[in-house]
Amino acid sequence: MNQSSSLKKGTLRRVLLDLGKYRVALVFSLILAFVSVTLTLAVPLLTGAAIDRMVGKELVDMNGVIAVCIAIALCSAVCALSQWLMNVLGNRITYGMVKRLRRRAFQKLQRLPLSYLDKHPAGETLSRMITDVDQFTEGLLLGFAQFFTGILTILGTLIIMLAVKWQIALVVILITPLSLFVAAFIAKKTHSMFRLQSETRAEQTALINEYIEHHKVALAFSREEESAAQFNEVNDRLGKHALRAIFFSSITNPSTRFVNNLVYAGVALVGAVLCITSPLSISVGMLSVFLNYANQYTKPFNEISGVIAELQNALACSERLYELLDEEELVPDATDARVLDTANGTVAFDSVSFSYTPDRELIRDLDLSVTPGQRVAIVGPTGCGKTTLINLLMRFYDVRDGAVLVSGTDVREITRESLRASFGMVLQDTWLRAATVRENICMGRADATEEEMLAASRAVHAHSFIKRLPKGYDTLIGEGGVALSEGQRQLLCIARVMLAKPSMLILDEATSSIDTRMEQKIQSAFSKMMEGRTSFIVAHRLSTIESADVILVMRDGKIVEKGDHASLLAARGFYYTLYHSQYEES
Amino acid sequence: MKKLLKYLKPYRKETVISPLFKFLEAIFDLLVPIVVKLIIDQGIGTGDSGYVGWMCALLCAFAIVGLSCSLVAQYFAARAAVGFSTDLRRDLFAHIGTLSYAETDRAGVSTLITRMTGDIHQIQSAINLTLRLLLRSPIIVFGAMIMAFTVNIRGAWIFAIVIPLLAVVVFSIMLGSKPLYKRVQRNLDHVTSVTRENLGGVRVIRAFRLEKEENDRFQEANNEHNRMQNLVGSISALMNPITLLIVNGGIIVLLLLGGELVNTGDMTQGDVVALTNYMAQILVELVKFANTIFTVNKALASADRVQSVFEIPSGMQTVAETVPLDTEDAVVFRDVALTYHASSETSLSDISFRIPKGATVGIIGSTGSGKTSLVNLIPRFYDATEGTVYVNGRDVRSYCTEELRKQIAVVPQKAVLFTGTVRSNLLWGDENADEETLLSALKTAQALDFVMEKEKGLDTEVLQGGKNFSGGQRQRLTIARALVKKAPLLILDDSSSALDFATDAALRASLSALPYDPTVFIISQRTSSIRHADIILVLEDGRLVGTGTHETLLKDCEVYREIHDSQYKKGGDNA
Repeated sequence: MNQSSSLKKGTLRRVLLDLGKYRVALVFSLILAFVSVTLTLAVPLLTGAAIDRMVGKELVDMNGVIAVCIAIALCSAVCALSQWLMNVLGNRITYGMVKRLRRRAFQKLQRLPLSYLDKHPAGETLSRMITDVDQFTEGLLLGFAQFFTGILTILGTLIIMLAVKWQIALVVILITPLSLFVAAFIAKKTHSMFRLQSETRAEQTALINEYIEHHKVALAFSREEESAAQFNEVNDRLGKHALRAIFFSSITNPSTRFVNNLVYAGVALVGAVLCITSPLSISVGMLSVFLNYANQYTKPFNEISGVIAELQNALACSERLYELLDEEELVPDATDARVLDTANGTVAFDSVSFSYTPDRELIRDLDLSVTPGQRVAIVGPTGCGKTTLINLLMRFYDVRDGAVLVSGTDVREITRESLRASFGMVLQDTWLRAATVRENICMGRADATEEEMLAASRAVHAHSFIKRLPKGYDTLIGEGGVALSEGQRQLLCIARVMLAKPSMLILDEATSSIDTRMEQKIQSAFSKMMEGRTSFIVAHRLSTIESADVILVMRDGKIVEKGDHASLLAARGFYYTLYHSQYEES
Repeated sequence: MKKLLKYLKPYRKETVISPLFKFLEAIFDLLVPIVVKLIIDQGIGTGDSGYVGWMCALLCAFAIVGLSCSLVAQYFAARAAVGFSTDLRRDLFAHIGTLSYAETDRAGVSTLITRMTGDIHQIQSAINLTLRLLLRSPIIVFGAMIMAFTVNIRGAWIFAIVIPLLAVVVFSIMLGSKPLYKRVQRNLDHVTSVTRENLGGVRVIRAFRLEKEENDRFQEANNEHNRMQNLVGSISALMNPITLLIVNGGIIVLLLLGGELVNTGDMTQGDVVALTNYMAQILVELVKFANTIFTVNKALASADRVQSVFEIPSGMQTVAETVPLDTEDAVVFRDVALTYHASSETSLSDISFRIPKGATVGIIGSTGSGKTSLVNLIPRFYDATEGTVYVNGRDVRSYCTEELRKQIAVVPQKAVLFTGTVRSNLLWGDENADEETLLSALKTAQALDFVMEKEKGLDTEVLQGGKNFSGGQRQRLTIARALVKKAPLLILDDSSSALDFATDAALRASLSALPYDPTVFIISQRTSSIRHADIILVLEDGRLVGTGTHETLLKDCEVYREIHDSQYKKGGDNA
């Protein structure tokens, strides 16, 4: 508890620091809030003054009434204007803050190490960037504005009341704590009920997600009744909790209104009696002013208790956001980092050790040297860490010990940009952008000519299906566009690398979602692409890697064997077993 | 919405009581300015302190009665709203449970989820609010006007102008900004999708060094969202100032007029106070009312969406008049064709074959050739658009679906486990299965070892989506789940893709040794997985291009040979 509150203090300081950008706008909006609150309070006062100028028949000071009315008109006009400006300014600050925070968060994402992004589900990061930012700014700034105007209104009202007639003000001040007490009592009660409600709701949502998303499986096992029974149990529970939460939260308003009405009656009593007993000290108009104030006086109290909850929520959200912004960034490129112009194709692992988590070592003392143009295949059962090597080559992760050398230079001494430019990568996961086919193919080389692009698509046999798309190469794909099959997407990913003509290649299960016959056709294109280029190939289909120069056999994250196809078979080790489980009949 | 109103029927009492008590509360609210007027005109006017005391006691009494009325109203409104949504959710969930594959496809999974959660919640809040406010606000607004007329007819006409004017301003700002809010939401969706895309493709983005470009793309979406927010914001910001101007304008007119009338003796000082009080009440209520209308509007749209889910016909029709085949064959397809809804292309055409009981059937073909479509017709997940599918000699459409599916165990392509324990997942196959059945199913599915390695064995927890198991483990558990069913027909839809070759081979061996000798359908992309099948069906573009054994197909079927050769690079040489 202590720790969390101290965390919040730090957070609050940062929030204020971030708001510093809007210092001028903030000061202005505070001034405007002050103006509009003062004028709002002035209108009833003026109305009372007008009423006092019309005591009875033949006793009306019409000129006075007109003068007061002009004052009311002026006050309203200025008040309306300052209210509007205050709102607009508030929006500017809020939305500007949203924009800046999101931009910062997005730029942060581009600089975070893969280790963070691999560990944290995208949905979670997304909710920090979208939902949390929204709740934070809305809660903080709108809440802040409400808080400020609320306090001003209460103080203003009290001051005016005390100035005009302290006896009546005393009534208000004495009854007010009752309102606060009631509001606090209800808020405390409802908090636990709300928590119960939201917990049950979360449980139900998870259940709904699971069953509807996998409805087909439930159907296949004829589970309709059982799942409905399970659902109904949670549903009934939610009903019970929701009823309590909704009812208790909805008694806040009537209760404070009740206290307000008591204040009203008290003011009427004391005011009217004063009017009668000492008619000179208070007028009917002033009594109506008091009644008017009494009417709106408790409203800010109501709002403020809501605002405090909102501010707390906003701070919690900002904490989640700052957590993201505070994540450690990638080690920047060394200042004297080399730019790798043309990689000659040699790659070496020099006693490399690596692990994702310190307690579980993955790779230990790995030595490997690859000469230009060699094909290195990495094989092993699912989940044995084949992609780890690729993570190291592309410097998505840094080695713990030893070094990875490309063209004889430690990758940590090469700029990331030029290192990555020298590799062409095709992954199992076919990521394409929501953009046109053309933009996707030219992703690695924006300056490619039409002919080069066409040649690349033809080489991977993608041209014929692209031609058949509604707008050919200008067809929009992905969200909101044409949906491609997994195989077609993979062809585009391959064409993308084909066009980029990198000096080295990484193919991670690149053809897994293409059927084997198509794969064979692409294979020729691949072979052409691999000619003279150092290539790293990950696959579970052993047939695709038999011709590799070096085969690394991995198991449980370790390289257990190394050699070419023939020598590995002859060794009768793990590779031999793997190979023969595929070709069992030999 | 109309059709959903039947869910309020059990809560008729609540839906009457709640507005009724709100109405009473409103009446007491409306009486307050009258009492104040009496205090001023009678009490102060005649200097009668006792009268003032009684009137203030009356105000307190009003406050107490008002509070009680309001509490009663709130309670019954909450009961009606929560009861409504609980019942509605129960029925909607049950209804979705009966939707067939085709209907689920048509509706879309994420749509159904939103209907169940967001939309129903929206309706619940709206019912709660409507019962409480929809009646109260107009009563206060018009009641205040009527009261104003009873107070002083000559001063009350101002209300007849101010109220419509306020209504027009409030509603036109709300309605005017509504489509803009929709655009803000769309822009936010765009910001979200750019971010999601970025997170999903982080490796490719870094490999192609697109970080800067991505920043620019995001910036564009972000700026557009910001621009729209500011636009809508400055329109909504008009609401308070304009209503303030109108009401204060009304008060000015009232004061000027009041001055004249008090002077001529046609109005009292108390009248003026009462009228200004009513004016203030109207403003507060009208803004509340506009908000209620806004919520109700949104809820009506939600109700329509929920209703449209109810209108999807559930389940599949049983066809009575079909001629059973004179055969003992487990599965027979006769001239079957399938075209999915909203698709212009046929997914299967002209498929005919027969599978004897106990046979192992391999189905092979490239991606999109119709393998899954074909097996989905056997448990009648979809209906064939042409031709007939028979199981045990009977047209699948003549079974009641439960009876049919009892005979078929399916392992879907996507390995899905449900939150619970390993045991609770396995029991899906057969609620009454004993321990021994579960263990032997795990053993056959090559899953026994890794389950038993866990501390709690069968009672190991399964997290949502089974994410505490690896892909291969999940696949094996889904196979075990199907095996627990001990159904005479077993369908494995590419269920061993995440298994390494050794495990896959062991799985196939143990499947063929099952004591109850089921008819097994195995879909695979690898010829190695199906080469020992009794019958292999080769699919290409939704057509059956080869039926036979591995050997005969190698000889006769070009497509099969090509698939085989592509996996065994040097043809049959290394065999």
